[in-house]
Amino acid sequence: MMLNGAEDEEKWLAEGIAGIQHNAFYMHRALDSNNLREALKYSAQMLSELRTSKLSPHKYYDLYMRAFDELRKLEIFFKDEGKHGVSVVDLYELVQHAGNILPRLYLLCTVGSVYIKSKEAPAKEVLKDLVEMCRGVQHPLRGLFLRSYLAQVSRDKLPDIGSEYEGDADTVMDAVEFVLQNFTEMNKLWVRMQHQGPGRLREKREKERNELRDLVGKNLHVLSQIEGVDLEMYKETVLPRVLEQVVNCKDDLSQYYLMDCIIQVFPDEYHLQTLETLLGACPQLQPTVDIKTVLSRLMDRLSNYAASSADVLPEFLQVEAFAKLSNAIGKVIEAQVDMPAVGAITLYVSLLTFTLRVHPDRLDYVDLVLGACVKKLSSIPKLDDSRATKQVVALLSAPLEKYNDIVTALTLSNYPRVMDHLDNGTNKVMAMVIIQSIMKNNTCISTVDKVEVLFELIKGLIKDTDGADVDELDEEDFKDEQNAVARLIHMLYNNEPEEMLKIICTVRKHTMAGGPKRLPFTVPSLVFSALRLIRQLQGQEGDIVGEEVPATPKKIFQLLNQIIEDLSNVPSPELALRLSLQCAEAANDCDLEHVAYEFFTQAFVLYEEEIADSKAQVTAIHLIIGTLQRMNVFGVENRDTLTHKATGYSARLLKKPDQCRAVYACSHLFWVDDQDGIKDGERVLLCLKRALRIANAAQQMANVARGSSGPVTLFVEILNKYLYFFEKGNQQITGAAIQGLIELINTEKQNDSATPDSASDAFLASTMRYIQFQRQKGGIMGEKFESIKL
Amino acid sequence: MNYLVGAFKPPCNIFISFADGRSRKQVPLKKENGKTVMVALFQSQENIVGEVVIEPIQGKKVEHNGVKIELLGQIELYFDRGNFYDFTSLVRELDVPGELYERKTYPFEFSTVEMPYESYNGVNVRLRYILKVTISRNYVSNIVEYQDFVVRNYTPPPSINNSIKMEVGIEDCLHIEFEYSKSKYHLKDVIIGKIYFLLVRIKLKNMELEIRRRESTGSGPNTYVETETLAKFELMDGAPVRGESIPIRLFLSPYELTPTYRNINNKFCVKYYLNLVLVDEEDRRYFKQQEITVYRLLET
Repeated sequence: MMLNGAEDEEKWLAEGIAGIQHNAFYMHRALDSNNLREALKYSAQMLSELRTSKLSPHKYYDLYMRAFDELRKLEIFFKDEGKHGVSVVDLYELVQHAGNILPRLYLLCTVGSVYIKSKEAPAKEVLKDLVEMCRGVQHPLRGLFLRSYLAQVSRDKLPDIGSEYEGDADTVMDAVEFVLQNFTEMNKLWVRMQHQGPGRLREKREKERNELRDLVGKNLHVLSQIEGVDLEMYKETVLPRVLEQVVNCKDDLSQYYLMDCIIQVFPDEYHLQTLETLLGACPQLQPTVDIKTVLSRLMDRLSNYAASSADVLPEFLQVEAFAKLSNAIGKVIEAQVDMPAVGAITLYVSLLTFTLRVHPDRLDYVDLVLGACVKKLSSIPKLDDSRATKQVVALLSAPLEKYNDIVTALTLSNYPRVMDHLDNGTNKVMAMVIIQSIMKNNTCISTVDKVEVLFELIKGLIKDTDGADVDELDEEDFKDEQNAVARLIHMLYNNEPEEMLKIICTVRKHTMAGGPKRLPFTVPSLVFSALRLIRQLQGQEGDIVGEEVPATPKKIFQLLNQIIEDLSNVPSPELALRLSLQCAEAANDCDLEHVAYEFFTQAFVLYEEEIADSKAQVTAIHLIIGTLQRMNVFGVENRDTLTHKATGYSARLLKKPDQCRAVYACSHLFWVDDQDGIKDGERVLLCLKRALRIANAAQQMANVARGSSGPVTLFVEILNKYLYFFEKGNQQITGAAIQGLIELINTEKQNDSATPDSASDAFLASTMRYIQFQRQKGGIMGEKFESIKL
Repeated sequence: MNYLVGAFKPPCNIFISFADGRSRKQVPLKKENGKTVMVALFQSQENIVGEVVIEPIQGKKVEHNGVKIELLGQIELYFDRGNFYDFTSLVRELDVPGELYERKTYPFEFSTVEMPYESYNGVNVRLRYILKVTISRNYVSNIVEYQDFVVRNYTPPPSINNSIKMEVGIEDCLHIEFEYSKSKYHLKDVIIGKIYFLLVRIKLKNMELEIRRRESTGSGPNTYVETETLAKFELMDGAPVRGESIPIRLFLSPYELTPTYRNINNKFCVKYYLNLVLVDEEDRRYFKQQEITVYRLLET
């Protein structure tokens, strides 16, 4: 039977329509011949088609609309007393002779409408009678349509203010009373629909019911259209009565729809003034009602209203809208014990949105909302509902978006407490949002307190949280996160050195807890941040008064030293080495020989003890050499020690070419091209010769190993060094020596076993071009180069 | 109604007419042959005045032993067909024995006639009023002519007219309280009332109000009771819930009611009942019957 349900319904509908058409035909004939008796008979028969119980609401509506059209014609006929010769009063009785109630009441409503129009009786009497008589139809679907018909035919005949039906006896109160009563009855019928029929069809029924909701809601719409319903009447009569019905019907579908309807159809101003009443109803609704959506819509409307004009803001303050809303939400959450966390949080999000839009200046409100949320969250176990989590993120993001300034959020004491309730993953996401917000707005966090709070907020990124599953970490995400943190550190800045130092200490305190995986990302930022401070101090050195000042470069270097040490313990020796060298350089600029020496020592220790990989060693030694070359703070002794070490390490590299390159690089350590830089030509030459020896050895080794000598690249490189120092005026480097080297290279190249290499050939060729160029240039340099015989 | 005697046509025509026949109200009366004719309407204590015209057929003479007119009130019980109980019988002699040659007019008058019962045409019983003119003859049967008329008696509005109010129900299934505003209704009255549902545990489909007429005839072991449902008026469609109150408004005018007749000459009585019927989804009917009194109010 269920299978053919739809088919059967079509058939029944078709039959119903046929019945209506058939009887309507005879009714028209009776109308044309002014035969009242026949007209009543056939119209009643026609309306009897509406007595069917077989149709779904949708199909029934179809049928109803056809009957409705026919009734319009009948009404026109009724209006014309000349045609049927019966007074409207008698007509009103006559139609009540019909034996079946449904046709009887449709006819009664039709005549009733004519009756009111005729003004032979006060509108209120007729309306009251009609709405009362309609009680006879208790079948939900038929009753709803009947009453909807009543609402339809009466809506232009209500004794509203300014309407022609308003009189001494008829006041707008009667109109309101009538609509309210019809509304109440319709809602009761609508609710009852849910409880009829077998339970298994519940879902289908609910769907069908939903289709009918606008019939009920239309009454509220009519109410809102009545001119005479002013704020006073709305407050005293309309709203309390409507809410009473809504609360008492105890039906979630109805409650949800009607609350929403109230919010949508009546003016914002009314809502604002009756907030207490409206909100008072919310905790009384069924626990299954989606109250959060309702309240969210209300708050949306109110905030739009507030946004519409600045003039209305005082109203909000006057009625204490925030306090009331906040209070109501609290009560709703309290009342609806089973409300999932997501619901409660969504409510808070709405409230927060409302606050941010209506009272952007009231941070305390924002904090209050967050506080309430924390309270709710702490009463439930850790969030594992993804939707709830999303809402918390929304909650936390809202103030950031609004104020575009994390500093504002940092003053909210409850902000971090809300974050505590997020799971690790989301916590991180949120932390990222915060950091991105800072980056986007280029916000500078300038006090220690704020930094503290900030790190509290993003602690998910700063250190491993208890119980976090490390395996779950995505390498890429982790990198992104840590890079973000590293960038963030640069945003923590204060012009005041003292405060800045404190910030640095704080950052250090937090970042150092990050563990081996994080330190490599965060420490460089921290170090450079500290170095920036040092340079700043150095810039104002003259202003520093006495040694009492806490922020001295020395102290900072001390701090840095520890930081780097920590880093090397991680272990991340390469990075530590680089940072040591950076620090050394900074110390150099500050003229702190001792400190710089210390950093170098640290660098060498790291090199010796921690850096094992040969490639890393190559890189490290070049870095050391480079840095050392730039140092000018060292005394002779210190410098000798360090250069000696550097050269020593260079010669001990694993591969010959590496040795060679490191050694010729060391030559620069003895020739600083500054005004008062060290210029020890002899030792330069020594280095270069040593490099040449190593290059030779490398060449031979290659011959032995592969049967062919390697490229001459190393020689060309050394040639370039020779040329450099030659140009710089190193007396030890002579044109003859260069000449000899060129010849050596050419010999090597002509060697049978030499493997041709285009790169080294090109290198050599361009080197040779350079020499040519210098010779042709003339002048002192030209003369100098003339000494090189090619 | 002519009683034809033998094969002969009666030798004369008899016409009975009322003095105020033109102005008097006429009402329809259903005759035995099913035809409806319009007849004059009287009430008790009225003077019944008129004339009888006897017109012999051209060239015939009518010999007679006297002419009389009778006013009869009769009760006819159908199961006792042919037997009429005359509860009223008045006679006026119109002529002494003699012969009639030409048309002759006899005025007659019954003054302040007591007619306590109303004309009634029921299922098993008929109460009627007739004027009967008899021309008595020797050796041949009398010539008789009848004229029906209708009697209706009016009652003033009752001084006491209580409402009918009652709570009924089936334990734990259905409890209702109904109220009809009055217990006595005139023929064009409206029944106003309401039904209040105190408890509904059965699935009702609809509810209707019936008007039933109970006519009982005879007496003792020979009592015949006939009940007719004159009106079925749907009051409610669908199933109500607890606390619902359904209005009743039933106009009596469309229905052919008579007043309540308590005891008509010990022969019959006619009573009216309101029957409230609730029908559930399995078409089971639950009902409660209440007697009402119907009376005839003088129409203005």
